[in-house]
Amino acid sequence: MKRTGAQILLESLRLEGVDTVFGFPGGMVIDIYNELPNFPIRHILVRHEQAAVHAADGYARSSGRVGVCLVTSGPGATNTVTGIATAYMDSIPLVVFTGQVPTRLIGNDAFQEADIIGITRPCTKHSYLVKDIKDLARTVKEAFYIAQKGRPGPVLVDLPKDVIAGSTEFNYPESVHIKSYNPTYKGHRGQIQKAFKLILKANKPLIYAGGGVISSGASEELIALAKTLSIPVTNTLMGLGGFPGDHELSLGMLGMHGTYRANMAVTNCDLLIAVGARFDDRVTGKVDDFASSAKIVHIDIDPTSVSKSIRVDIPIVGDVKDVLRELNKLAKEEKGDWRGLRKEWLDQIFQWKSTYPLAYKQKDIIKPQYVVEKIYEITRGDAIISTEVGQNQMWTAQYYHFTRPRTLLTSGGLGTMGYGFPAAIGAQIAFPKKTVIDIAGDGSIQMNIQELATVAQYNLPVKIVILNNGYLGMVRQWQGLFYNKCYSQTSLDASPDFIKLAEAYGVVGLRATKPEEVVPTIEKALSISKAVIMEFIVEKEEDVYPMVPAGAPLREMLLA
Amino acid sequence: MRHTISALVLNQPGVLARVAGLFSGRGFNIESLCVAETLDPSISRMTIVTRGDDQVIEQVTKQLNKLIDVIKVVDFFNNDHVDREMMLVKVKAEMSFRAEILRITDIFRGKIVDVTPNSYTIEVSGDEDKIRAFMDLIKPMGIKEVVRTGKVAISRGSKAI
Repeated sequence: MKRTGAQILLESLRLEGVDTVFGFPGGMVIDIYNELPNFPIRHILVRHEQAAVHAADGYARSSGRVGVCLVTSGPGATNTVTGIATAYMDSIPLVVFTGQVPTRLIGNDAFQEADIIGITRPCTKHSYLVKDIKDLARTVKEAFYIAQKGRPGPVLVDLPKDVIAGSTEFNYPESVHIKSYNPTYKGHRGQIQKAFKLILKANKPLIYAGGGVISSGASEELIALAKTLSIPVTNTLMGLGGFPGDHELSLGMLGMHGTYRANMAVTNCDLLIAVGARFDDRVTGKVDDFASSAKIVHIDIDPTSVSKSIRVDIPIVGDVKDVLRELNKLAKEEKGDWRGLRKEWLDQIFQWKSTYPLAYKQKDIIKPQYVVEKIYEITRGDAIISTEVGQNQMWTAQYYHFTRPRTLLTSGGLGTMGYGFPAAIGAQIAFPKKTVIDIAGDGSIQMNIQELATVAQYNLPVKIVILNNGYLGMVRQWQGLFYNKCYSQTSLDASPDFIKLAEAYGVVGLRATKPEEVVPTIEKALSISKAVIMEFIVEKEEDVYPMVPAGAPLREMLLA
Repeated sequence: MRHTISALVLNQPGVLARVAGLFSGRGFNIESLCVAETLDPSISRMTIVTRGDDQVIEQVTKQLNKLIDVIKVVDFFNNDHVDREMMLVKVKAEMSFRAEILRITDIFRGKIVDVTPNSYTIEVSGDEDKIRAFMDLIKPMGIKEVVRTGKVAISRGSKAI
C-alpha cells in the first residue's frame, strides 16, 4: 500500500517510540499537521520555535530519550538555530524536522525559504535534506540512530513540501548500518590497565566528572569507583547529579564559580581522572596551570575531546559506563586500605572545605542563594531543576545539591539565556507528576516568557522562580569587578509586573520581598497544581563567589 | 608542519561543505584540496594539504573522522608516499624563446597542449620540487596564467588505504 510522505514520517516516528513532538505549524508542513491527529503522537504547540527545541532538549535531558521537534521552513527553521546549537554544545540527542520549499524551488529564494542545512551545518551532529521520498523512512531511522549513538547530538532533517506530499511504498528499516560511523564503545584494555596502575600509585587522586557520566548512564559505576578506592569527585556544571552532591566524597563543582575545595583539589592533585568531561575553558581557567602537578587520565567517547585543550597522559576512548565498569572490576580484585591511604588527602580537602565553605549572610534583603537553598531543602532535592544562564545558574549549581542524574537541565556549553523555562516544559511533559522548577533571573526569563501560554494551554504545573535583582546580574558582576562599575546596559529598568503577567496568561503569580516570606512562598507555590511564577525581590548587587577571573589559574579565586 | 591528508568520504552533496566548514570554523587552514570519485562511485577521495603543529594536525584528523560522511582519514606525514600535482602554464612564446621553452618542457617531461604564434600552454606534473624548479626556469619567459590541481597522494607499497 502506498503512503504519503507525511504518513511515512509519522509512522516512522511511532516506530521509533516517539510519544511527543514539540512544534509549530506553517505552510510547508501543513500536510504533516493534517495527518498528525491520526497518529498516537502528542504534539505540544509552543509559541516560538526556539522554545520547541529547548523543550525537546529538556525532555531529552530529563528522560534520556530523543527529543523531537517539527517546524516549518524559513523563519520556522531559522528560529530553531539557538536551540540546536545549545543541544549540540551539551551533546543532547534531538531530531529536528524542518519543512522546506518544494525541491523544484530550492535555491530560488522562494517564499519562506532558508538554507537551513547550510545554516546549521556547524551546530548539528549531522543533517539530511530528503530529496526523494524513497529515502524518507531510511533517513528518519538514520537520524535517530546518529542522534543517540556515540557522543549524542542534534540531527536535522529538512523535508521539502513535495516529498511530504508525495507517496510511495513504506518499509521501515529494522536496523541501520552506516559504514562511515562506528563509534568506539569498548575502552582499550591496555589503556585501562595503565590507568588503573596510575590510580594505585596516586597519593592525591581526583575524579573530574562531566556530562558524559550522565549521558552514558554511568552514575552508579562512578559512585562505585569513587567509594571503593576512596577518591574524591568534583563535577562540572554538566556533570552535576552524576555523583551525589551530598556525598562525603563530593567536592561540588569546579571551575570559574567552583568551590574553593574543588579548585584547590584540582590544583594540588597528583592524578586527575577526567570522566566524560572536555576541559572547557570555564573549567580549566589558565590551561598551563590546570592540574599542573598531576598525571591525567581522560575517558571520553569522543576522540576529538581528547588532547584538544590539555595534554593527557592516558587517553581512553570509549563509553564512560563501559570503561568505569572495567576499572571497577580491577578495583574489586585489588585489596587495600584505601580510606587509610587517602586519609591525609581527604583531611586536606576537608580543611579547605571548612576554611572557605560556600557562604552568604542572610540579612534584611532576600539573598538569592537563600532562595535556592530553601528550594533544595523544601523539595529535599527531589525535583527537576532547570536554570537560565548567568548568576541564577551559578547559584543553583552551588546551592542546590543535585543527588541524581538528569535532575539539572542547564545550558552549559552555549550558555543560552531563555533555555530554562521551555526546558522545564519539556521535562514536565516527560514527568507529569514530578516537581519541575525553572530557576531564572529577571533578564533571562523574558527571553522565552511567551511560553507561559504553552503551560497554560496544557495545564503544566511548571514552577518558575525569578530571582529579581533588576539587572543582567552576571554581566553587571563583571562590570563591577573588572570594568570600574560601568553598568552599561545591564540595568533592567522596565521589567513587567511578573505577577500581573502570570495572571494575564492564566497562571499564578506570587511575590516575596522579605526573607521571612521566602519559605511560605515556595511552599505555597509547590502546593498549587498549576504553573506558578514566584518572584523574589533579591539583593540587587549580590555577586557569585568564588570566582576565578577568566584566563586566571584556578587557585586564584576571588572569595568575596 | 605541512601535512598531506587523504580522506575517503561518501560521494554525496554537502560533504565538501562539511569538510570546508570544519576547517574554516575551527581555524585550520587548507593549502590545497583535491576531490574526485574513486573506483567505487559512491565514495570520493579528498587530498588535503594543511599546516599546523602536532596538536592541530591531531585535531584536524580527529575532527575529519568525526564527520558522519567521512569513512577513513590517513595522514601521510610519517608514511612513505608518492605525491603529485599537475599544472597548466600559459607562457609567452616569442620567436627567440620558443626553442628554449620547448627544451625546458622536454627536460621536465612536460607536454605542449596548446600553441599559438605567441604562446605555449604547457602541462607539467610532478612533486612539489619539480613543479617549483620548472616554474623557476620558465618564469623569465613571461608567464601569462597558471593553474594547479593541488596535490594528490598515495602510499608506497602494495597496501591500499
